[in-house]
Amino acid sequence: MKKKQTWYALFLAFVIGLFAVANYSTDSEEYSPIPTAEIAKEETPFDKMMRVLTHERCVNCHPNDNIPKQGNDSHPHYFGMARGKANMGFEATKCTTCHQSENNAYSGVPGAPEWSLAPAQMYWEGLNRVEIATSMLDPERNGGRTPEETMHHLTEHELVLWAWNPGVDANGIPREKPPVSKEDYIKAVKQWFEEGHIIPSE
Amino acid sequence: MTISLNVNGISQTVEITDGNTPLLWVIRDLLDLKGTKFGCGKAACGACTLHIDGEAVRSCSYPVKLAKGKTITTIEGLGNEENPHPVQQAWMEEIVPQCGYCQPGFMMATAALLDKIPEPTDADIDRNIINVCRCGTYYRMRKAIHKAAELSKSIETVKSENDA
Ligand code: FES
Ligand code: FES
Repeated sequence: MKKKQTWYALFLAFVIGLFAVANYSTDSEEYSPIPTAEIAKEETPFDKMMRVLTHERCVNCHPNDNIPKQGNDSHPHYFGMARGKANMGFEATKCTTCHQSENNAYSGVPGAPEWSLAPAQMYWEGLNRVEIATSMLDPERNGGRTPEETMHHLTEHELVLWAWNPGVDANGIPREKPPVSKEDYIKAVKQWFEEGHIIPSE
Repeated sequence: MTISLNVNGISQTVEITDGNTPLLWVIRDLLDLKGTKFGCGKAACGACTLHIDGEAVRSCSYPVKLAKGKTITTIEGLGNEENPHPVQQAWMEEIVPQCGYCQPGFMMATAALLDKIPEPTDADIDRNIINVCRCGTYYRMRKAIHKAAELSKSIETVKSENDA
């Protein structure tokens, strides 16, 4: 009797196994894993804009300690230069002692119209992208700009757009450009503002 | 490209092919004013400092095309042996230079500083006078800067007494 039951159980297991094999095909055509890129969220205009604004060379001019930073390693500006009273350096040795309205290919000194530090309240150094976006929309910290004015500033100001024309350094090596093209950045910023400049919670 | 500019009170017109030529080379090679020195060519040492419209500028990093219509003062225009600028006078009295190479740049930077801050503190000097002297004459320079401030003040006092 016991033997009969064992055979019965084995038979049942065999039948169940057959069904499982029939339903599970190992054919690679049918079983294709979802590519990781598709699993990852598609990049939103906010993501794109913030990839630029959090780039170290963008943040270099928005310090939290009144000291401009230089290079991709964001070291403090050489020669002890600092903000000074009007964001333009010290009384006699100013930003314009060395920086002019355009890049200098001979000396490697960068330049653009209105070369200066962002005002102290516009510090971004040490902030995450949500905090930066929040500060950009806060009139207390964005120079009293409306969102529309901020959008124009971000997409039209020559000093901002200089990021895509950064010239060469003191060794004649081209400076790194932001990780998004100028056109895509401008498009992303405009779209983000037009869609209500919503800051995602993170 | 033709560029007109005023250098040490004299109107000059220079013909130059490359408008990006550093002003330093125009001053030295075309206008033959050799007081302004070339040190690094990277806006790092200050040997090439001169004044453009009254502001200290490092001329190795200043394209001549931007100098169009501007007023330039070099060390030769600051003063001369008969009539030295207080900074030059103080520099002589304190016997500041060693090799001398960096000194015109320092004197131009100091003249710009005294123009903005007539009586600079040591902290003002530290912030603003950031040129490089490979002979290490910084200590004598600091004394000379304070002396230049005193000399300028006494000149001002005499002037206002004479005007009164
Ligand atoms: S030569 Fe211009 S700063 Fe050194
Ligand atoms: S005196 Fe020689 S470099 Fe300054």
